Amino acid sequence: AVAQTYGLGRAALPEEIAAWNLDVLPDGTGLPEGQGDAIVGEEIFAAKCAACHGDFAEGIGNWPKLAGGMDTLDHEDPLKTVGSYWPYLSTSFDYIRRSMPYGDAGTLTADETYAIVAYILYSNDLIEDDFVLSKETFLDVEMPNADGFVLDDRMESEVAMWSGEPCMTDCKDSVEVTMRALVLDVTPQEETTEAAAEEPAAAAEPVVAET
Amino acid sequence: MSDTFETKTPNRRAFLRGAATAGVGAFAAGSAGAQTPDPLITETQEWAQSFGDGVDATPYGLPIKYEDDVVRRNVEWLTADTVSSINFTPIHALDGTITPQGCAFERHHSGAIELKKEDYRLMINGLVDRPLVFTYADLERFPRENHTYFLECAANTGMEWAGAQLNGAQFTHGMIHNMEYTGVPLRTLLEEAGYETAGKWVYVEGADASSNGRSIPMEKALDDVLVAFKANGEALRKEHGYPVRLVVPGWEGNMWVKWIRRIEVMNAPVESREETSKYTDTLANGISRKWTWEMDAKSVVTSPSPQSPIKHGKGPLVITGLAWSGRGAITRVDVSKDGGKTWETARLAKPGEKMALTRFYLDVDWDGEDMFLQSRAMDETGYVQPTKTQLREVRGLNSIYHNNCIQTWWVRPNGEAENVEVS
Repeated sequence: AVAQTYGLGRAALPEEIAAWNLDVLPDGTGLPEGQGDAIVGEEIFAAKCAACHGDFAEGIGNWPKLAGGMDTLDHEDPLKTVGSYWPYLSTSFDYIRRSMPYGDAGTLTADETYAIVAYILYSNDLIEDDFVLSKETFLDVEMPNADGFVLDDRMESEVAMWSGEPCMTDCKDSVEVTMRALVLDVTPQEETTEAAAEEPAAAAEPVVAET
Repeated sequence: MSDTFETKTPNRRAFLRGAATAGVGAFAAGSAGAQTPDPLITETQEWAQSFGDGVDATPYGLPIKYEDDVVRRNVEWLTADTVSSINFTPIHALDGTITPQGCAFERHHSGAIELKKEDYRLMINGLVDRPLVFTYADLERFPRENHTYFLECAANTGMEWAGAQLNGAQFTHGMIHNMEYTGVPLRTLLEEAGYETAGKWVYVEGADASSNGRSIPMEKALDDVLVAFKANGEALRKEHGYPVRLVVPGWEGNMWVKWIRRIEVMNAPVESREETSKYTDTLANGISRKWTWEMDAKSVVTSPSPQSPIKHGKGPLVITGLAWSGRGAITRVDVSKDGGKTWETARLAKPGEKMALTRFYLDVDWDGEDMFLQSRAMDETGYVQPTKTQLREVRGLNSIYHNNCIQTWWVRPNGEAENVEVS
């Protein structure tokens, strides 16, 4: 069926599409020409990334850690990094070229992006330092957690179990308080801004929000 | 459980202005038992004698100063900085269902950008017959629709997975807002460009540095997704995507791309950062769910709650709260005062609407004793909001997102309330 059209908008020009259409897919579609290795990447990383992400991509303070955490995903506090968690290398290239460095996004060349991605891979012990990353070699890199994801299965694993008429009376014998927010005491206070910054990191780190 | 945190000595700094004096009987003013005439009645007050402000005083008004605690709040330690961060809607102080835009929560990944209508461009490209560029003025010429929907951040209540952490409904449940949107169905724009049947996905991205790109299946894109430019009657606020954002009913807030600049029709998902590294939910065995788009049925008692203590003593008490579901309309909310031993069905202020906030009330006669207040939402699919224990049994503690557990507030005889977990 041919839908109604309104004749609004105008044709997008190839140059315009090229300027905004930067996404890279897991199969490498969208990768630009260019190349880089970890040796070159280390210098760029030191200049443009390490102030937040650390010299070895290990992260500084609350800033994201890009390396490490292998085999921790089933631990109490998993460390999710490009190496330990990200399923596809394409996402690293896409995200770094598009949105990094933080505060100065969209300024990296294709070569710089390849080199930075190579350095992050090297920092995760996933390639040797002389491995040249390019469109041609991109899919040669094996991402450790590539098989670590399943499609949303809530309909099968949860929804049926939690549907139907619920208990209304005599639903349990006793009610005991097992955890109190006031004991943890990390909620910002209304009257002083100083209190909000007072406790934080140490107490809250294990349950810090992902951003 | 508590030993996963650095335990602190209880520190009872007064949380709410006046909460320290919230004891039973401390608020006798205005009670029917007054023995002496009330000077607010017997003496002519200033406002009954002279003038208030002229109509030229406030071309665009803000709330009266006495409501200055009904504001967005942030929690500094949650994030590394404030431009890729979150703040919280003061749901403890609101009523009804429409969220005032000025205190509706924000979540940015590279800050709230300023993008004027004249500079705005929306591109549709990819698997389409006619790749197009629209100006803002073009968008206003397509047929429009109005719909009210909730937007809930996938991480709402996420800090509570491991225990009771933040003391207030604003902080535990305030990554949410509910607005009436005006916009153009995404379907209309896709038809204008002539989407190809090979297109199984659309990839949407914002104009900001973070881009916030997400992949949306074509079925949803053609169903109820809106390209919106008005909310609650007026233009979107800067921080909510001015001049144009995506509205994705029932689905996690991250997909409601703000300052939307491009829609690409594709035959495969991009698997962007925001759907691989983030907004994927890790289970106890280390395997992670991806594409957990819908927000499950959920509810919370907004008052009484830690930031909204009972100040009037025993007797008539309005217990109220919000319920919502990403899978349809709310059909029922049950409330428990005893931590889930017994439940009463609350009154819905009006029938639940699909993928929108629903207000509930339970009018009770409080005897002044401890209460463990809980609410339990049910939606039109028959789904019943689970307990945190039930969620943990399936997911473990590291999912981060999609925590729709039943919340418990421990209301003490002095009227103060605390975020707790109960057995």
